[in-house]
Amino acid sequence: MSILFGMHKHIFQIKEKIIELIFSFCGLFSLLITVGIIGIIFWETTLFFKEVSLFEFMLSTQWTPLFSIKHFGVLPLITGTLLVAGIAMIIAMPTGVLMAIFMNEYANAKIRRVVKPVLEILAGIPTIVYGYFALLSVTPFLQKVIPSLSGFNAISPGIVMGIMILPMVVSLSDDAFGAVPKEMKLAAYALGSSRFQVAFKIILPAAMSGVIAAFILAISRAIGETMLVAIAAGMKPAFTLNPLVPIQTITSYIVQISLGDTPVGTLAYRSIFAVASVLFIITFIFNVIAQKLRHSLKY
Amino acid sequence: MFFLAALKKYNLQTNGPNTVFLILVMLFFCFAIAMLFMLLASIFYDGFLRINWQFLTQFPSRNPQMAGILSSWVGSLYLMILTGIIAVPLGVGAAIYFEKYAKKNWFNHLMEINIGTLAGVPSIIYGLLGLALFVRIMSLDRSLIAGALTLALLILPIIIISSREAIRNVPSFMQDGALALGATRSQVIKTIIIPLSFPGILTGIILALSRAIGETAPLIAIGALTYIAFLPENILSPFTALPIQIFNWISRPQALFHQNAAAGIIVLISITLLLNMSAVFLRDYFDRKNNK
Repeated sequence: MSILFGMHKHIFQIKEKIIELIFSFCGLFSLLITVGIIGIIFWETTLFFKEVSLFEFMLSTQWTPLFSIKHFGVLPLITGTLLVAGIAMIIAMPTGVLMAIFMNEYANAKIRRVVKPVLEILAGIPTIVYGYFALLSVTPFLQKVIPSLSGFNAISPGIVMGIMILPMVVSLSDDAFGAVPKEMKLAAYALGSSRFQVAFKIILPAAMSGVIAAFILAISRAIGETMLVAIAAGMKPAFTLNPLVPIQTITSYIVQISLGDTPVGTLAYRSIFAVASVLFIITFIFNVIAQKLRHSLKY
Repeated sequence: MFFLAALKKYNLQTNGPNTVFLILVMLFFCFAIAMLFMLLASIFYDGFLRINWQFLTQFPSRNPQMAGILSSWVGSLYLMILTGIIAVPLGVGAAIYFEKYAKKNWFNHLMEINIGTLAGVPSIIYGLLGLALFVRIMSLDRSLIAGALTLALLILPIIIISSREAIRNVPSFMQDGALALGATRSQVIKTIIIPLSFPGILTGIILALSRAIGETAPLIAIGALTYIAFLPENILSPFTALPIQIFNWISRPQALFHQNAAAGIIVLISITLLLNMSAVFLRDYFDRKNNK
């Protein structure tokens, strides 16, 4: 009897152990994705650098992988990427932070209950929709104001991207402001501060690291955004900071090559992995910094 | 008179910056709402007349007015179902592991940071991973399953993060009570944690799937086809999806195709907004129910 009971208990423990193993595998799987991304991208990138020198990649200002005379200087793609992301941030940063301050200190619960879900729903609009809007509504509108504006340009997708990442800046900054201890606010009010003083002299400085984290996450999102720039910014790599002419970003170059039928193992195929590794490194570093900042926010 | 009295009371020194701030915020809100209104208005204006039964039941065509989105919305639907089947068990399982099994050590800390950073990796990078891993190495070709696997990897971190939050909100006294009564860990998970965190997990899953249905870049990277005049037969069939079809129509010069793109966008936005709104309402509903 006792042997039987012991066996029963044994089977029970084995079952528990198996279940734990299954869950552990699920947990481990996320690490495998990262390993897969890093492994594959960097493998193809090393193959790329067997044919193209790192020196040319970093310093040449021409990116012409599909021409007969090929140049592989990544700088035009980087300036294109930063140009669009920069315009987006100029719009989204001040707008987003001021809106978040308003939501946090001025708005009552009723307004918050409406605005928060609206922001979440806005954040869920697919990016291809913003691409359509930039190319077929904003660019024609801007062309009436600036006649020299080209049909594909950096400013129109930049502005639309600013609106696209605005919900993200607002809700992340709002989280950061919400994490500021109530005692600090109440003490300031008790000393006779106005709402404005509490918002800008107490909450904003106290939540600064969270706001910066929000900015960094937003920049990282803007840099990695693909469809909007692939549709509205053009496919012409240009080493310029002029927002009125067609450019190409890292992501839209990947789209351009993916749309053609590029055979595996060609230099063009490998070049998308090489630029992707630049993109991955930039966004990865940004994300790690942002996460560290957000962790430091917890009082 | 009243206005003058109010103005006298108004102290510019202390209230000046406050007023400037409030005016600015109002301007920003108006700007954001105006942009959103313009976006929706331009899309509805361009595409609304194109939406009819024929548009939903026709295959793509070279003639813009004959073209429809049958193969692309069916492709998107299949893609969603497959993506969900792959990503949901893995994501919820991982969330349970991190919340209930993982010990506090450097390895698990690393994995947690890893999930946070994975959620911020641009979607096109997942597309390249899918291209190299599923399309080439596993030679699944440009099939439905290759697309679904790619999208599943993309939404996995989102599902893990939201499920963890839902699991964390399950009151610990209930779990302790069950453990004290002799329940095993897996029994606690099955009878307490999953039922109680279910609304939160479901909300996260819906939001993640609505993100996946609108993703275009990873599908372009794995080489999803743009012209498909048949429905996928099995998971190894080539496919197209709604956002791919829309992108194809936007990139053509003719205005008639742009109208098709706008009509396709109306369908796509309706689906994602419906999913998002149901997720938000679901969460609010259960929040209110739990707070009572």
